Amino acid sequence: MDRMPVWADVVLIPLISLLLAAALSAVAIWAIGENPWDAFSLMVDGALMRSSGWGYTLYYATNFIFCGLAVSVAFHAKLFNIGGEGQAVIGSLGVALCCLYIPWPHWTIALLGSTVFAALFGALWALIPAYLQAARGSHIVITTIMFNFIAAALLNYVLVNHLRPVGAMEPASATFPAATHLPDFRDIFAGGEGVLFRGSPANVTFFVALAACVLVWLLIWRTKLGYEIRSQGYSESGAKYAGISPFRIIIVAMLISGGLAGLMGINVTQGEAERLILNSAEGAGFIGIAVALMGRNHPFGVLLASILFGFLYQGGAELAMWTSIPRELIVVIQALVILFTGALDNMVRWPLERVFMAMRKEG
Amino acid sequence: MDLMTILQILDSTVRLGTPLLLMCLAGLFSERAGVVDIGLEGKALAAAFFSAAFAYYSGSVWVGMLVGIVAAICFSLIHGVASITFRGNQLISGVALNFLASGLTVLVAQTWFAQGGRTPTLEQARFNAIPLPGAEALRDVPVLGPIYAELISGHSILVYVAFLLVPLSWWVLYRTRFGLRLRAVGENPAAVDTAGISVVRLRFAAILIAGILCGLAGSYLATGLQAGFTREMTAGRGYIALAALIFAKWRPWYCLSATMLFGLLQAVALRYQNIDLGAFVIPVQFMNALPYILTIVILAGFVGAAIPPRASGDPYVKER
Repeated sequence: MDRMPVWADVVLIPLISLLLAAALSAVAIWAIGENPWDAFSLMVDGALMRSSGWGYTLYYATNFIFCGLAVSVAFHAKLFNIGGEGQAVIGSLGVALCCLYIPWPHWTIALLGSTVFAALFGALWALIPAYLQAARGSHIVITTIMFNFIAAALLNYVLVNHLRPVGAMEPASATFPAATHLPDFRDIFAGGEGVLFRGSPANVTFFVALAACVLVWLLIWRTKLGYEIRSQGYSESGAKYAGISPFRIIIVAMLISGGLAGLMGINVTQGEAERLILNSAEGAGFIGIAVALMGRNHPFGVLLASILFGFLYQGGAELAMWTSIPRELIVVIQALVILFTGALDNMVRWPLERVFMAMRKEG
Repeated sequence: MDLMTILQILDSTVRLGTPLLLMCLAGLFSERAGVVDIGLEGKALAAAFFSAAFAYYSGSVWVGMLVGIVAAICFSLIHGVASITFRGNQLISGVALNFLASGLTVLVAQTWFAQGGRTPTLEQARFNAIPLPGAEALRDVPVLGPIYAELISGHSILVYVAFLLVPLSWWVLYRTRFGLRLRAVGENPAAVDTAGISVVRLRFAAILIAGILCGLAGSYLATGLQAGFTREMTAGRGYIALAALIFAKWRPWYCLSATMLFGLLQAVALRYQNIDLGAFVIPVQFMNALPYILTIVILAGFVGAAIPPRASGDPYVKER
């Protein structure tokens, strides 16, 4: 018998955890000497009350959707892929190589090409940790952390020694050819002229992210492979007994996860910067963990959590601009969300379970 | 390459290896008791900030160190409550603590000092170099003299403490009742519980020790190695220490050699940018990534298997 109804597990617990995190964040803002309510309304104003605010919110959300989906696909197989950051970095490298060295005639085809490259590069970066976990039992958390650092070093090397244009000081690649530039929201919704979404970086990649949500949902709950991944996550010995090869599932789940994280490279590298820069992943790989935990590993939950974090990111930038609250407040909020929804889950769950059990006895 | 250059690199190895060593020993105690701790980085970062801040306010490096240790212990306690009391996922808790430290330190630094997330530079309140007796007198003795004067003498007190902590950790873990129980709780907590010893208390004791050691590491970074706190100043050292712990196969003496090896890599990468071997050039980025690559090789089991304590990572459930 379930200890509590599904809605409590899916909606109530994340909501309470989120409120706890928000309350502690408010305390932090208050301790800095600012008014939490004013700060909150400033964030809402900057992120949600203007179309350009939404442009930023959805731009950040696009990154978080990819990374959140990446973490959650791995979570379904009971693998903790903490290497989204590195996979995104290598995915960005794939996008850059694809845009710089292949003469694309039009952005639509270029987008298809860079999607393939980003996913492929990200997946390959996840392959070695996956193989080591599957064949040698090396803990995937440690190996993916190490691969994050190796990816950063590799990107640094490639940018400084190979992709940097001659004479340039900044470690960044040349700007991509104009034919690969993706239309942003202003081009799509305002014909590139109006004030709608002016100056904001959200671009067509957002729709790729939405498609990824649907595809991941189909994969996890509507295909045989998804069933196998979930069985493996639920009970490895059970899955093995049913003839599901743990080796294959670990490899496949990590390839999909790495590919999803790699896709983030399209948004940042091709969509916004239009060249490869050093800090191309912007820490989004780690926010993917928070997003996946909050979204309960469901694509729809990931979408909502991503938009929430996009709002926090954009709102945090507004706070840094207009108040004395530094941007790092977002990192604190992110940490609190991970702490409460991930590690301290039982702190909320156990008392709630007791309440529901008591209610059931009476009813 | 003459003796002096080698000695300078080794000297820098010791200084860069010390924070790694302290954090590695912290991880050793924690993981030997069955609590995986990827929050070493965060604890050391928090300790670095608070030790620098309070050394600045009080003018005493010792006050700074104590506050740094208290900060690291607070982080340890959060980790303990999440992963021992509420049986949460230890990895997720560690990740959360790393972000918490990364954000909180800059947030508080900006509020207190308004210098872009740094503390003011410490002029006086630092751990100074301690010249060992006779270092100057013996300097002229060939070979041994410079080794004594350059490499062994003239470090701050925390370096000597860190090196002394290695035999001490070995003694505690392998020669005391507490150490035996601590190792047992990381291998088979149910057996320890059956013997009437509290698993929860032992694990909390282990992570408190880890907190103290991370506190020392952070305070060494901010008030010994450098003169003040800068944002993200741990720069992934917590993860390198974690790698060293695997490299060391969870044993105290190996921790020393592993961290000094990684310290050497850092020292070489710091001194030489790209290493020209004639036939080809080793880029500096490769040297920086080498600790991680080595760890992957070790983890892959090509150079002897690294087997963690059996119960590490699992919360202990007394009864179902």
